[in-house]
Amino acid sequence: MKRLLLAVLLALSAPAAIPALAVQPDEVLPDPALESRARAISQELRCLVCQNQSIDDSNAPLARDLRLLVRDRLKAGDSDDKVMEFVTDRYGDYVLLRPPFKATTLVLWIGPFAVLLLGAAGTFLFLRGRRGVAAGADTAPLSADERRRLDALLRKDD
Amino acid sequence: MIPELGHYALVLALFVALVQSVPPLVGAATRNGAWMNVAVPAAIAQMLLVLIAYGALTWAHVVSDFSVLNVVQNSHSAKPMLYKVSGVWGNHEGSMMLWIVMLTIFGAAVALFGRNLPPTLKARVLAVQGLIGVGFLLFILITSNPFIRVVPAPLDGNDLNPLLQDPGLAFHPPFLYAGYVGFSMAFSFAVAALIEGRVDPAWARWVRPWTLAAWSTLTMGIAMGSWWAYYELGWGGWWYWDPVENASFMPWLAGTALLHSAIVVEKRDALKSWTILLAIVTFSLSLMGTFLVRSGILTSVHAFAVDPRRGIFILVLLAVATGGSLLLYSLRAPTLKAGGLFAPISREGALVLNNLLLSTATATVFIGTLYPLFLDIMKLGKVSVGAPFFNATFVPVAIPMVIAMVVGPYLSWKRADLGAALSRLWVAGVAVVAAVAVTAYVKAGGGPLLALVGIGLAAWAFVGSLVEFADRIALFRTSFRNSWNRAVHLPRSAWGMTIAHACLGLSILGMTGTSAWQTESISAMKPGDRANVAGYEFQFDSVGLVDGPNFKAERGIFTVTKDGQRVATLEPERRSYSTTRMTTTESAIHTTVFSDLYVALGDPTQNGTAWIVRIYHHPLVPWIWFGGVGMMLGGLVSLTDRRFRIGAPERRRAAGKTGGKSAPLPAE
Repeated sequence: MKRLLLAVLLALSAPAAIPALAVQPDEVLPDPALESRARAISQELRCLVCQNQSIDDSNAPLARDLRLLVRDRLKAGDSDDKVMEFVTDRYGDYVLLRPPFKATTLVLWIGPFAVLLLGAAGTFLFLRGRRGVAAGADTAPLSADERRRLDALLRKDD
Repeated sequence: MIPELGHYALVLALFVALVQSVPPLVGAATRNGAWMNVAVPAAIAQMLLVLIAYGALTWAHVVSDFSVLNVVQNSHSAKPMLYKVSGVWGNHEGSMMLWIVMLTIFGAAVALFGRNLPPTLKARVLAVQGLIGVGFLLFILITSNPFIRVVPAPLDGNDLNPLLQDPGLAFHPPFLYAGYVGFSMAFSFAVAALIEGRVDPAWARWVRPWTLAAWSTLTMGIAMGSWWAYYELGWGGWWYWDPVENASFMPWLAGTALLHSAIVVEKRDALKSWTILLAIVTFSLSLMGTFLVRSGILTSVHAFAVDPRRGIFILVLLAVATGGSLLLYSLRAPTLKAGGLFAPISREGALVLNNLLLSTATATVFIGTLYPLFLDIMKLGKVSVGAPFFNATFVPVAIPMVIAMVVGPYLSWKRADLGAALSRLWVAGVAVVAAVAVTAYVKAGGGPLLALVGIGLAAWAFVGSLVEFADRIALFRTSFRNSWNRAVHLPRSAWGMTIAHACLGLSILGMTGTSAWQTESISAMKPGDRANVAGYEFQFDSVGLVDGPNFKAERGIFTVTKDGQRVATLEPERRSYSTTRMTTTESAIHTTVFSDLYVALGDPTQNGTAWIVRIYHHPLVPWIWFGGVGMMLGGLVSLTDRRFRIGAPERRRAAGKTGGKSAPLPAE
């Protein structure tokens, strides 16, 4: 039922959400410091009925409700973290555009660094392997000249 | 009648594409010259047939033939002519037609200009191009036929989405698609080389111009899309990390890596199998971008196709193209001979680092874009991945990339001295310190710390690239005339690199400036009201009604003054399109080269006497696009390099002397 409702809301909000002129004048807080905190928080929160828009960018009614909620909490003296907590308690982690670190988001957060580390390791092995080739270690057969010099060196050791 | 001719030409093109692929492949395997040569006329014929089909569709749109379903759904008799023409590619079926037009133009270009290619390589490249053509022609004919008629024909059409009725977006798809599809050339060359079993500097020299051309047009396409979003969506954002944007950004990142690794193949005969892999990956990402946008899997602003058959068809195409080429790669790559050797600190080493970081960046965007879809499809839960995630993961990779970008050109091939390179960059170092100090002083602690990093990075990239160029032409170390001579005789590719690298610095400057220091005012204003933003006074003079060809608009007039001096008159509009019943905002922008003044007229307030007006001051924002255009120009300048015009050298008879060693992959 919840899914169905969401689908209906999506269908309704789709055309309206396009030229999104989000924050309305009556929402803006008189205190500029508080307002800029509200904007920063709004950019981190997803408009739940839109495609990939933050509540700061969306003019859907639900986004407006959330913006007002955020501002109410800030006016009540909550810290930024407290406000986020308040919102996620009600709407779940799905509302966060920067997903929290947990089992299902492990790939998301670890993935890029794993790629970097694997790539760096691969590059390292590649370069080391190439140096082995450069030294002619165990691969390329020695040329006649190299053989002569090697023999000379070995004889010197004796 | 004409739409039927187009339809017929399209079906014929499919069979010509088959002729372009199968006989030449067989001919190349059996060394049958006649069979191989079929590819050339077939490629040209396929292009002509596809152009006829595209022309027929355009004709139907231009004359508003409402017996064609595609025209009914996307056009209107009152639509301006520009958008009747651009509306052809402004919809799903037409955009796929544009895709195939680009593909066949590239194929015909190889057929016509690839005279010095070895016959078997040329036949195989054209054959692979033909196979891609077969896949997409089937896709159009089976799932997305633009020539379907309707009976009875309606009197008028449904009009094109008004957001697309805009000059910026009218020309965005051709550039974007030329880029996407251009990477198919690199792909075809890579697959042909794998079938041949040899990759050498001559191969890289043949591939590079195509890759450069694709990269340049894709750069332009992305820049145009971002510019459009900036002025059309009404709040001055220029990049949203929207999946549709990411779909074009991933091939760009991978293509940038490909561009650089191909240099190593060309100059030093190294990194061959890695370059082949990148060519495959880059085009696969283009195909994936097509899938993401065209399947409707992400229903967002750009994606207007909702039909699962299409998605599945493209997915199969993607699986065949990527899976097939990767299979071939796994069979053949180990037999590719390793080339030139180099120390970690060297030009090659720097380009490997470039590739490592660009690949990581591509993977970051890939994971961030596809993982939420994957979770959703597997019913493992839903996560939101938005701009904050990408800013947190992409930027840390991009910063070292830009730092290294400036140092790389200073390093010599094979083995280099990092200390000496850095010491020659002292001017750039001074520029960074100066830029950061001045910014910190002027802004006096305003804006985030990251903004200072951005400014420093921009100065480093811009000044460092120019310093390298000055060094190369021995500026101030010899007579000016002498330096001038050197500059004139410098290879165009060196010019291109300097321009592109320096312009990336300009783009970073713009991105930093507007992200950190934009100011805005959102208020309900009545005519006569004033607002102050960033030292400019905006006076709202009046609102008038304007009639457009297929819309009605409210047009506000704003007079902007600074210290009593008139700066500009801005006329933002709020348009209502009658057929689609949608409203769009046409923001008005006044640009002084160093900042934009931006006004958007919103909805009227409830009692109808005032309007919601958004006024923004975006410092440095135009430089994002100056930089983007500059990067494209850099690519084009590089494309005119003498060695691409004169053609590739003879292939060496004996390929490499390192013996039958396999080339290990630098990264997996």
